[in-house]
Amino acid sequence: MNTYTEKIRERASALLKEGKVDMVIGFKKGTVPMATVPGIARTPQEAKAFVWDVNCRLNLAGYLTNRKEKIGIIAKGCDARNIVTHIIENKISREQLYIIGVPCTGMVDKGKISALFEDEITSFSEKGDFLQVNTSTSELNVEKADYLRDNCRICMHRNPVIHDELIAEPVPEPEIEAPFKDVEAIEALSAQLKWQHFDDLLKNCIRCYACRNACPLCYCPVCFVDESNPQWVGKGQDSVDVKTFHFLRAFHCAGRCTDCGACEEACPMDIKMRQFTRKLVKDCADVYGWEAGLSLEQRPLLDTFRADDPDAFVR
Amino acid sequence: MAENKIKIVAFLCNWCSYGAADLAGVSRMQYSADIRIIRVPCSGRVEPKLILSAFREGVDGVWVSGCHPGECHYLEGNYYARRKFGLMKGLLEHMGIDEGRIQFSWISSAEATKFARVAQEVADAISALGPNHKLVKRAG
Repeated sequence: MNTYTEKIRERASALLKEGKVDMVIGFKKGTVPMATVPGIARTPQEAKAFVWDVNCRLNLAGYLTNRKEKIGIIAKGCDARNIVTHIIENKISREQLYIIGVPCTGMVDKGKISALFEDEITSFSEKGDFLQVNTSTSELNVEKADYLRDNCRICMHRNPVIHDELIAEPVPEPEIEAPFKDVEAIEALSAQLKWQHFDDLLKNCIRCYACRNACPLCYCPVCFVDESNPQWVGKGQDSVDVKTFHFLRAFHCAGRCTDCGACEEACPMDIKMRQFTRKLVKDCADVYGWEAGLSLEQRPLLDTFRADDPDAFVR
Repeated sequence: MAENKIKIVAFLCNWCSYGAADLAGVSRMQYSADIRIIRVPCSGRVEPKLILSAFREGVDGVWVSGCHPGECHYLEGNYYARRKFGLMKGLLEHMGIDEGRIQFSWISSAEATKFARVAQEVADAISALGPNHKLVKRAG
């Protein structure tokens, strides 16, 4: 058991015992190797089930929406930014929260690791910077840094921006040169090739909405996909409907997306839908100098304006 | 309708661009007949869903026009719209919608001449791109 897990269990138990919070939201062990599930502990006993490893890929901020209780929450860098977004969007108040910050060194990409084997992974463990992966017929020791998720590779906010305590010393924040190479590669294509690229990207989408459900930003009481009069987007797998859905889902994250990667993690078809939100993250940074979820003082990008916002695109 | 005919939906703000269209009309100014106008209370009311829905129904281009910055009837609706449109246009074009299919302008209710000119420019730009086949939902 790693020190993060120990510390998280200890602090979560203590908070519950002292009655400082009604519940703690964290990660528990999943049912298969290389998986964790979000879990809630309401008693110190339940807090013993919390874990922390390189598989805590989901984002816990989404479980805070409209809660009334006092909540303790385990937050890595991206979760913390989404908690800030939740607070400034009035989905929860800062006073209700006790944030246990986890300095994060990145989560691993399960897909990249399972691609190394022909059979299923039977066990997985983490030793420092190395990962030990076993299947029934083989075993492999790989370096964690080589198998990080794409969004973790370019993450520049690994330490929680908001927290009541940190469970470890802050980790150094990397300086990433040209973090938007992926977006620029698509921008360089012609309109027809871009269209083709996204057609190929989405061809396996089964419209299960797992990306929407995993996203901490998606909390509308009625989602546009469920509106029927007028119906904005068809229900089936017609490519126009799929694209319309992904465009609107991404656009609803404009100026709010922290590139946490929960959408891609939840996708059962391995669709890289971050390619939509990444463009918005880039434009927000380039045009408005905005990064989501860094400050409680600033209003969200689309909830405010400046008289001199660029409008060269307007006739 | 002839093959080369295009259709453009224009979302015009009630307080300015729609007034300008009205003035252009009563002044008997000439501009493209490819434009179908939908009156909206404010350019800030125009959301991506409406624009996508227009493409879905088979239009070849969308034009949104509102009040000049600082002149919004609701004081700041067009400022919010401006940020929203900037990001939306960027993402739509990133997805492969041709540059120029979506057009924006600021036209006050006194600017009938500007309205007629921009309407013609928008129609010319979209005609040059030809019919749109992207994001169009075909029946069946």
